[in-house]
Amino acid sequence: MKEKTYVEDIDRSMYDFRNEDKDAYRLEEGLTEEIVLKISEEKNDPDWVRDLRLESLKIYNSMGLPNWGPSLDGLDINHISTYVKKNAKMADNWEDVPAEVKDTFEKLGIPQAERKSLAGVGAQYDSELVYHNVKDSVAKSGVIYTDIESALKTEYADMIKEHFMKLITPSDHKFAALHGAVWSGGSFVYVPKGVKLDFPLQSYFRLNAKGAGQFEHTLIIVDEGADLHFIEGCSAPKYNVANLHAGAVELFVHKNARLRYSTIENWSKNMYNLNSKRALVDEGGKIEWITGSFGSHLSYLYPMSILRGKGAKMEFTGISFANEGQNLDTGAKVVQLAPETSSVMSTKSISKGGGVCTFRSLVKIGKDAVNSKSAVSCESLMLDSESRSDTIPAMDIRTPYADIGHEAQIGKISDEAVFYLMSRGLSEEDAKTLIVSGFADNVSKELPLEYAIEMNNLIRLEMKGSIG
Amino acid sequence: MSNTLLQVKDLHVGVQDKEILNGVNLEIPEGETHVLMGPNGTGKSTLGYALIGHPKYEVTEGRIIFDGEDITEEGADERAKKGLFLSFQNPLEVPGVSLSAFIKSALEQVKGERVKAWDFKKKLHATMDVLNMDYEYAERDLNVGFSGGEKKKAEILQLLMLEPKFAILDETDSGLDVDAVRTVSAGIDEYKKRTGGTLLIITHSAKILESLKVDRAHVMIEGKIDRTGGRELVDEINAKGFEEKE
Repeated sequence: MKEKTYVEDIDRSMYDFRNEDKDAYRLEEGLTEEIVLKISEEKNDPDWVRDLRLESLKIYNSMGLPNWGPSLDGLDINHISTYVKKNAKMADNWEDVPAEVKDTFEKLGIPQAERKSLAGVGAQYDSELVYHNVKDSVAKSGVIYTDIESALKTEYADMIKEHFMKLITPSDHKFAALHGAVWSGGSFVYVPKGVKLDFPLQSYFRLNAKGAGQFEHTLIIVDEGADLHFIEGCSAPKYNVANLHAGAVELFVHKNARLRYSTIENWSKNMYNLNSKRALVDEGGKIEWITGSFGSHLSYLYPMSILRGKGAKMEFTGISFANEGQNLDTGAKVVQLAPETSSVMSTKSISKGGGVCTFRSLVKIGKDAVNSKSAVSCESLMLDSESRSDTIPAMDIRTPYADIGHEAQIGKISDEAVFYLMSRGLSEEDAKTLIVSGFADNVSKELPLEYAIEMNNLIRLEMKGSIG
Repeated sequence: MSNTLLQVKDLHVGVQDKEILNGVNLEIPEGETHVLMGPNGTGKSTLGYALIGHPKYEVTEGRIIFDGEDITEEGADERAKKGLFLSFQNPLEVPGVSLSAFIKSALEQVKGERVKAWDFKKKLHATMDVLNMDYEYAERDLNVGFSGGEKKKAEILQLLMLEPKFAILDETDSGLDVDAVRTVSAGIDEYKKRTGGTLLIITHSAKILESLKVDRAHVMIEGKIDRTGGRELVDEINAKGFEEKE
């Protein structure tokens, strides 16, 4: 066996196809007050939304870039189109979706998944949702699943105003401000008290346009005692210019409610994924994050959970896979403010072909959070000697009555294990793929079967040409 | 006379420039059971690894002929597909991969065709019965948290499922209690019964050999086959140890 792993370009044709956007309405590149106002006008914003956009723009212009993570030098917002709309109205019937958009989502398996295992689905193409549908039985139970723009025209307008960008505020960081200024599309979900959904809701974000940004906003409110599994998937074809994703996800989990939020992110490898996700959990509630990060050129992603009610819980299970040219700076944050709260973070990262994975965790336990628990564990696997993996844990514990644990392991793929599997007839590539899939098992076993299969296919794709 | 299945000719093997085997000659006819004995550190396991193609064990001289083909340069996976198998002395742990999923994908590789899930499960469970293994082990991660005895049983389970033409058992009996040795022996009997396969058993003790018909025994000393004999050589070594040469 040779020392070095040779990495070929992988076949991403399944995700890489692109459609021409010749008939799209596209705002000019860059970011000015004029552009922000045009977006607002295009979207028929209520006044408060327009004001929030302008306020966010001011904050954006006054804030510097984050200076602690991977370099953002390759990203020039003056060359990113913040708003691209396909000339199509949102449809709730699959047949009414424009042919090439439909074709895109068919290739990605979205309508098939909807038929098989979902309670509702939304599909966003560039800046706007093109399709939204919820099963009748789900709609009858009072569950609302739509895009925010539509919901703003209904009785839920006040609820949205009360929650929108309250958990992630424009002043949090530069890209939260950018999001506040140019956000478009995304999802609004409300699950009424006591309603438990047997099947997940899903939204799929596809950024097709070259040199564009996607800034969707996801707002989910799970009311008392309710239960929801929400899945988001994302992908984009690869262009030779930077694309930007700066979405925001705000999750409100009320008393004794449970929300599982699963993400399989497979952005193309020219994407700057600067996404913000936050959950606020009340007494006895639980937020579960399942995250698979495979794509993007560069990611900053650290979902945060604020456990403000007694006995609130969070579980974070994640995996990142950085291949050649990728720098994935991911992790999770938890703030435990009430007694008897608990958090478990379990993450894995895989780096290959010179890819860089950094895991950052932050555990903050306030002085009132007596008898709280937190356990953080992260494991990294490096597939060759050019790749890199770092772990940066931070803790801020303000009560002596808390039980805190942290474990980190960094390792290389074991040649002996590869040989063991090969001695039973598996090729070297298959042996390595099996070991890596096994390593990622913590995430795949938490996903619904279809998504677990998709994730394993992504791993197989990334492992192609990994013969040492 | 049966055909020669394995022929090792003047095999020299080194690990990191240190020569461990210096001129091993060995012939094993199809269907026979051979025993390889010898003091610790004399190169028995090295021979096992070299035969199945461990990349760290470099063949510097000599040839390995299997089933009429020179396999000296072939990779471990190719050799496995041709029907070679090694029961590891210390099987590796592979988290997240279940024993049953692993055996199934190995079986598909060596057979070169898809295996039906239902047929596979039936055969797997029947085979686990032979080895007194709880079915639950099939769904556990490969060797993770298995005791020494369970790991060895899992190796024999793979042997019985994959049905190779030729199997090397490297110290499969070491560290096992009497009952476990009996179970493993029953597994080896089953392998002979099912396939009439050929065996090279590397061992320290005669316990595992009690119920097996041994055709030939070889003693390895300092990287060479020192003596070869019939079953009586096993008894002699057991009585007198390795130092007592005639």
